[in-house]
Amino acid sequence: MLEKLLSAPKTYYVWLGFLLCLIAGCATVYWQQLQTGLSITGMNRDVSWGLYISQFTYFVGVAASAVMLVLPAYFHHYKKFKRMIIFGEFMAVAAVVMCALFIVVDLGQPQRMLNVMLHPTPNSVMFYDMMVLIGYLTLNIIIGWVTLEAERLGVEPPKWVKPLIYLSILWAFSIHTVTAFLYAGIPGRHYWLTAIMAARFLSSAFCSGPSILLLLVFLVRRLTGFDPGKDAVKTLSTIIVYAMCVNVFFYVLELFTAFYSQIPGHAEPIVFLFAGHDGHLAWVSYWMWAAVAMAFISLAILIPPSLRTHPVLLPLALVMLVAATWIDKGLGLLIGGFTPNMYESITPYMPTVREVIVALGVYAIGALVLSILWKIAIGVKQEAGNFSD
Amino acid sequence: MNKSRRSFLKVAGFSVFALSSGIVAQAAVPGTANAKLAPGSYAKGDAALRARRWAMVIDTRKFAGPRDYEPLMEACRQEHNVPSIPDARNIKWFWLDSYEHTFPDDMNAHLDTKTREAAYPLLCNHCSNPPCVRVCPTQATYKMEDGIVAMDYHRCIGCRFCMAGCPYGARSFNFKDPRGFLPNPVPNPSFPTRMIGVVEKCTFCAERLAMGKMPACVEASEGRILFGDLEDADSKVRRALAANFSIRRKPSLGTQPGVYYLI
Repeated sequence: MLEKLLSAPKTYYVWLGFLLCLIAGCATVYWQQLQTGLSITGMNRDVSWGLYISQFTYFVGVAASAVMLVLPAYFHHYKKFKRMIIFGEFMAVAAVVMCALFIVVDLGQPQRMLNVMLHPTPNSVMFYDMMVLIGYLTLNIIIGWVTLEAERLGVEPPKWVKPLIYLSILWAFSIHTVTAFLYAGIPGRHYWLTAIMAARFLSSAFCSGPSILLLLVFLVRRLTGFDPGKDAVKTLSTIIVYAMCVNVFFYVLELFTAFYSQIPGHAEPIVFLFAGHDGHLAWVSYWMWAAVAMAFISLAILIPPSLRTHPVLLPLALVMLVAATWIDKGLGLLIGGFTPNMYESITPYMPTVREVIVALGVYAIGALVLSILWKIAIGVKQEAGNFSD
Repeated sequence: MNKSRRSFLKVAGFSVFALSSGIVAQAAVPGTANAKLAPGSYAKGDAALRARRWAMVIDTRKFAGPRDYEPLMEACRQEHNVPSIPDARNIKWFWLDSYEHTFPDDMNAHLDTKTREAAYPLLCNHCSNPPCVRVCPTQATYKMEDGIVAMDYHRCIGCRFCMAGCPYGARSFNFKDPRGFLPNPVPNPSFPTRMIGVVEKCTFCAERLAMGKMPACVEASEGRILFGDLEDADSKVRRALAANFSIRRKPSLGTQPGVYYLI
């Protein structure tokens, strides 16, 4: 199926070339990080994780969200997702690759990373995280490739792949649960020490991941004419609305516990995120309020069915939803977790330009993987006549 | 099939089972990693000081102010080649902070001035139930049989999970090459300097105990910091704890710190 990559319009190769140049440019900054250490980032002794780990966390969610297509299609035999499913699986592959890279760029001694496997430590959640991510990557590559091959040949996928698909559904929940356990089991970090963390992670993933998928599929529709099917889009946007409502609800639950109990430790990180410190708003506060606004506007558009199906309003709402969930998980989660710090005082953190560039490089690698895999999928769909209604 | 591969497969198999059967929560929570020694025979020297559980009692009443702690901090820096990096990426093994920051849960607005304004020494608590050991994915940080939480700087991958896990801020990451901030030759050539990209912290001077010496800060404190076996009812630390009111940092977290403060 790789031959599908050879027959693409010129613009596709220009895009790949652009990504490669971007990756190379960002890699020079990573090279600098290897030489001078993580001092090129904004992290410090008190805020010891930053943008890299938060992006890792966000993209584990994106990877897990493929299950929102796979589960209805295979548990409920919802056939209308079948045409789009491969895009979800391949997006999961790209997302897991990004996750792995975000961990690698965050390590102080990346050449030693295999120590996690050489000295397996079952009491460390990080060890499980590595295992489940590798497992999920493998599952999605196998399932995606085999089902696509079957589609190309016009036959049913082999029977042995079914159990793997069912396994991948459970596995998707496990990867994001384990990622939440990285945070939720740590004593003394008030913002993270909450039993609802995994549930919050999953709900945020199940609205943001499918939103990113839909936005990308709309882009592909424009570029290639591939049509995911009207009903499939409608059903997926309904799933997104429910997941986003649950996500916002879960956050409100956090607010209730923090502010009704009035235990300072619970409230302080949230106060810092939204109101800053000593009467001064932190830079992240502006982002957090923007996230709140975008979350509610996106819900206002997505909840009424007439607006949800609108060709312009739907993508607009999805963009806002993705931005809101990204700010919550990609900025607020880490900054709120480390601020106030262990001494109940404030150590500011802001990603540096170079830190952002390294993260951008990882994004570009994700885009490259996605572009290659999706091109293959689109090529096969065209050949098999599964391209549009 | 060699031994380490077999043990890896065993653990990986167990982990997959644990995950797929949903017992990951139970499996991942408790437990501590113990360092496995390489084959060969290791024994403590005859001169080594021994304890079932080393602990420290700091008599803060006997220190008049931050300057009284200066010789202790200097002794620690010299003993372990701890660099001074003048920013938020400093390496701290033994340092000072206010009462409010040291014991945030105990803060009260009307605390007597002396207690409130005094400086308190902070260091790794060598917890009985250390979260840093629980979260480390490579067992680079581990608990020794005498209660000391130790580190293998050569195994540490620099993921900084232990820094997120430690509720006391006792761990420092080498954001920069620490050797650039040390004189040449280093103050103590017999103790290794660290490399960039690994985490480090106070070791309770395990290397000095092995040679029959008390920790550097204890020695420099001239009797104001006590060090001994917490499991021995007759030890100096136990007698001091029995006779005085003592507190520990963030006791509600269940980590069981091994550093006690007499206030």
